[in-house]
Amino acid sequence: MLIYLYQLADNISFLILGSIGLAIIFGMMGVINLAHGELITVGAYATAVAAHAGVPLPLAMALAAVVTGLLGAAIEIAVVRRLYGRPFDSIVATWGIGLIISQGILIVAGPSMEGIGTPLGSIMFGDQTVSVYRLVLIAVALALLGVVFAVFSLTRFGVHVRAAMQDPDMARALGLDVRRIYTWTFAWGAALAGLAGGLYAPTMTIVPTVGAGFVVQSFVTVVVGGGDVVTGLAAAAAVLGLVQSGLTTFYGTLIGQVGLLIAVMVVVRLQPKGLSAWIRRS
Amino acid sequence: VDPQIMTINQAAGILPARSPATMSRRWETARLAMLAVIAVLLFSMTDPYTAGTLSYYLVWVPMALGLCLLWGYGGVLSFGQTAFFGIAAYTYSVASINFGDGLAATSISLTLAIIGSTLIALLLGYFMFYGGVVDTFVSIVTLSTTLVLETFLSQTAGPQWRIGDARLNGYNGMTGMPIPQVPWFSGPIPLSGHVLAYVLVAAIFAIMLGLVNVLGSRFGRALVAVRENPLRAEMLGYDTAGIRLVAFVVSAGLAGVSGVFYVAWGEYITPSAMGLNAAALPVIWVVVGGRTSLTGVLIGTVGLLAISQQLAIFGDQYALVLLGVLAIIAVYSGRDGLVVAILRRISLWTHRLTNAVVAKRMGRNA
Repeated sequence: MLIYLYQLADNISFLILGSIGLAIIFGMMGVINLAHGELITVGAYATAVAAHAGVPLPLAMALAAVVTGLLGAAIEIAVVRRLYGRPFDSIVATWGIGLIISQGILIVAGPSMEGIGTPLGSIMFGDQTVSVYRLVLIAVALALLGVVFAVFSLTRFGVHVRAAMQDPDMARALGLDVRRIYTWTFAWGAALAGLAGGLYAPTMTIVPTVGAGFVVQSFVTVVVGGGDVVTGLAAAAAVLGLVQSGLTTFYGTLIGQVGLLIAVMVVVRLQPKGLSAWIRRS
Repeated sequence: VDPQIMTINQAAGILPARSPATMSRRWETARLAMLAVIAVLLFSMTDPYTAGTLSYYLVWVPMALGLCLLWGYGGVLSFGQTAFFGIAAYTYSVASINFGDGLAATSISLTLAIIGSTLIALLLGYFMFYGGVVDTFVSIVTLSTTLVLETFLSQTAGPQWRIGDARLNGYNGMTGMPIPQVPWFSGPIPLSGHVLAYVLVAAIFAIMLGLVNVLGSRFGRALVAVRENPLRAEMLGYDTAGIRLVAFVVSAGLAGVSGVFYVAWGEYITPSAMGLNAAALPVIWVVVGGRTSLTGVLIGTVGLLAISQQLAIFGDQYALVLLGVLAIIAVYSGRDGLVVAILRRISLWTHRLTNAVVAKRMGRNA
């Protein structure tokens, strides 16, 4: 029983960490960032490079988040800025960016990189071994949700961001630098994607396509969650984590994935604006 | 001519007996026929190897044209073209391995493949469009669909994954499909080499002609109306979900045609044909070619494939980086796409050139 609970929590934290950056960029700015997977890859690579250079692991991950955040800011300024209000065009452009990043990494760093071992060892849950690091990840996922909630709901920056998203003209009239707010929001989303890559880097083989493993789950979570970043994401991750880990445990990974897709279709059929719209109403 | 302007003119009753719509459709038919004749002449002059390479470029054109209809005219951006491409390719492979070669086997396998891809599209499209999934959410759901299909087929390596004599073979994909047969006066001939090239040219000619007619019809105008303003179209009594569904299914059928041609061309199919990179390729071809220009999409698709093929000599990654750059440039160059913008520029130059020449002559005569 305990082991199933662990697997469920593990699944949910994967969904939360993998999609939180995407959810901020989509929920706040309405931009579907198809380079999300590649930002995760960049985070994983930056962490690995820093760790190999002797930087302590937590610091390496923080460094990776900063690097990816800067990259995100650059992407926003160079490309995404000109495409607000043109959702299809921003999909195509961010896909192009993603392709350039992933193939660029392949050209520069080669097909694979020496991994970093999973730290903290493991403990026994009954007769099953469980990695302590994964337990830490669960805690980190919950903490990050809290941090994002605090930043976007309680701070002045969060109020500015929400004002700029809701009514850019009015915000501009009140003296807010809307362009800079957009850049910061995109950078935040990118940094969180990079952090996800960094956090999962010790558990994965580091290859240029490592971020692609997150893509389906994160997009699905964001679609199911809807516009409201924190509540939507938490609800979606809980529902989808339950569906996926349940089906995966009893029927295997494939059925888990198919079940995920069917769950999305059902939720979208019942609630096209996502779970957060439903939560807000009730 | 902008289809919307034509509609307004027709509504106002100021159209002559022979409407511009039929005029432009005849002109379009003549132009397409000319393109097809040129293509056939070009193919007749090439050696079998070059013909094979050029055929490879044409294989993907129906899928791109389908997306042009769905996205350019219907305003629905789908990443699912590769899913239907793959479904048709796999269905065709399984059927043809089981039924063997010969004309009858080819026709049955082809029919099953197209039915398979359109039926799945009908099911998925029904849930999406009647379920109120719109805009970018369609893109995400279709992207997830093709990625899940890729995952599914990648894990079918075990011997239990077989349908009749056909093994799905997981990540490595299926090989050893018999060469399709096509009817000819002297009896069925194999669809390979120059024959494949000519059949492809004929098929693309027929598809483009069909699309020109569909887009000029009531349905085509309704599709544009739904793209421009879904709410208004619905208020005017159009079944917007139904119209989108039809466009979705037709585009899936066209992707299926590409899938079958792909198997006929290479005699193999792998799950990576449905992967993330593959799924975005049709979108790039259409963006670069011009969303609402069938000829632009044709040129864009063939051109980009040719460039990628040349660059692939140095390694796939360089070709993909270039594609990424082109995607961003094409998005900036506006709705019309790079190919259409370049064609327009060329026609402007030739116009200016002829004007200049004429002016010079007249000046000399005066």
